[in-house]
Amino acid sequence: MMSNPRFIVVAILCGAFLTAASLFVKNEYYVFTAYFVLQYVVLATAWNILGGYVGYVNFGTTAFLAIGLYSAVAINKWLDFPIPVLILIAGVLCGGIGLAMGYLTIRLRGIYFTIATLALSVVVQTLITNWDYVGGSRGLYIMRPSEAPLFGSYVNYLFFLMVILAVLSIVTARVIEKSNFGLGLAAVRDDETAAAAAGVPTLRLKLIAATISGAFMGMAGAPLPFYLTYVEPSSSFSLAYTVNSVAMPLVGGTASWMGPVIGAVLLGSMQQAMTVLISSSVNLLVVGVLLVLFVVAAPNGILGLLQTFRGRKPKADANPIANLLVPEKQSRR
Amino acid sequence: MAQFANLLLDALVSGILVGGFYAAMAVGISIAFGMLGISNIAHPAVILLGSFIAYLLNTNFGWDPMLVGMLAAVPFYYLGTALYTGYEVAFERRGAELIRGLAFFFGLLFITEVGLQLAFGVDYRLVGAAYIGPTLDFGPLSLPLRMLLPFLGSIVLLAGLQLFFATTFMGRAIMAVAQDKLALQLMGAAPTRIKRIAFGISTATAALAGAFLIIVQPVEPSMGRDYIGRIFAICVLGGVGSLPGTFLAAVIVGVAESITATFYGPSWSPAVAFGMLLVALVVRPTGLFGRA
Repeated sequence: MMSNPRFIVVAILCGAFLTAASLFVKNEYYVFTAYFVLQYVVLATAWNILGGYVGYVNFGTTAFLAIGLYSAVAINKWLDFPIPVLILIAGVLCGGIGLAMGYLTIRLRGIYFTIATLALSVVVQTLITNWDYVGGSRGLYIMRPSEAPLFGSYVNYLFFLMVILAVLSIVTARVIEKSNFGLGLAAVRDDETAAAAAGVPTLRLKLIAATISGAFMGMAGAPLPFYLTYVEPSSSFSLAYTVNSVAMPLVGGTASWMGPVIGAVLLGSMQQAMTVLISSSVNLLVVGVLLVLFVVAAPNGILGLLQTFRGRKPKADANPIANLLVPEKQSRR
Repeated sequence: MAQFANLLLDALVSGILVGGFYAAMAVGISIAFGMLGISNIAHPAVILLGSFIAYLLNTNFGWDPMLVGMLAAVPFYYLGTALYTGYEVAFERRGAELIRGLAFFFGLLFITEVGLQLAFGVDYRLVGAAYIGPTLDFGPLSLPLRMLLPFLGSIVLLAGLQLFFATTFMGRAIMAVAQDKLALQLMGAAPTRIKRIAFGISTATAALAGAFLIIVQPVEPSMGRDYIGRIFAICVLGGVGSLPGTFLAAVIVGVAESITATFYGPSWSPAVAFGMLLVALVVRPTGLFGRA
């Protein structure tokens, strides 16, 4: 198992390689596509920090992303800050909202957190639709310079920022996973009462995870208006962001940082290809079907399947396909 | 002043009518979520499926949407029992209900919605019936029949269900499963079978609610999503699992939305239910009528 500093170096090298490669790509469409996939790497990793590690399902990815997006739009219109600053502000704002949502609802059963996050998207969408400064329901065009210093094209600059966010989120997820904090989160997920009895400060851990998760979702949204150049509420609040950020970790596997990355790269590039070849509603249908298939038939995702194929003794209750190979009957609850 | 009073009266009455209709949409969740502990967030999508069945049979054969709703309740019951059987095998038995169960229903919601979109497009669809246009006038009050009928239908539905739960053997068994599954098992009953029937009933109500929905307003496939939060808000406010509570909470939400729409503009009304939900979760998560 790689140590944390070494992992960080490898991740940064991968990011540098991706950025360098993007500078040599002539067709900007491919850079756009890669940006889209990387954005989902950030969203899926952020979702997994709360959903996979702690077991609290957030159906409000869209809300967090849109808050990040619109905070960047509003502050850019008002003060004209550079994008990295906008990303930081969006992170602080959405981290705060994640903390507040967590504080209000996580003390109750997990399901209430889920419902509240679903509700959050509708509330935020209503607020934005009624807020004229950022265009209201008509939408708003965002002027972006055609060139960026050092990078030549602005698209390459945005791509570079998203690479940084992706590296940052993956490193965060992996550091959490290997730390005592991550062990505490896993204890909460597996049995909250037992964890609390063993002295794990369950509420505090959950709130920290909710804050980190929300912050990354918001940060992923901040560069988005400059990428789209036009924002309006109904597409900014598309349910596709939510369904993807749930489906990607579950398809990839929620147990490790690798799962969301695998899921995001697979589903993200598949959707880009299918949007071009077929239609965008069909590709969302496929994502939905994959999500259902995986949660029913392969609850540990692709990572779980790989482990089974590698011949590790499967946990009987973790994988129904493997379960068929295990003859003795499980005790029913 | 008289104008204000008139506006207020209108808002109140239409809020009560809409609220009654919300109760029909929420009762399925109240049963599935409140009594069985199954977070079926796909319910609104199933309701829309019901709406589109009513639309199909109405436009092609001229069938009455109310009648279609009642007829469709039977296949919907079996759809529900089949769904529960799958859910039980895949999640409940494995004890992985919360995360994966939620993701499962979320996936179903999405599949139903996109499937309807592919089949019917994104246009608004409506039904034709004798009661869609006319209104009943009582002095200054006018009650559109297309609101009044779903309201009355909803009352009949909830009263019928309440009677069923309170008086019949199966109904009481369902209530028992909601309260203490282990105790029920010790009495020699099979909780899985009882839950399957209850989930079937919950899904069957979606057929009726869907018919009501398309009578009340034209429908479009992604509309179910707007109702998820509203429906859960009603269930939480009403105290999960309590049918009279569900009805009262639905009327409260309906009136609050209608008053907001009248005095602050309709673009604000979607946020009302969710605001109420958040307040309810913070202040009183057991609902207005729930047991602590």
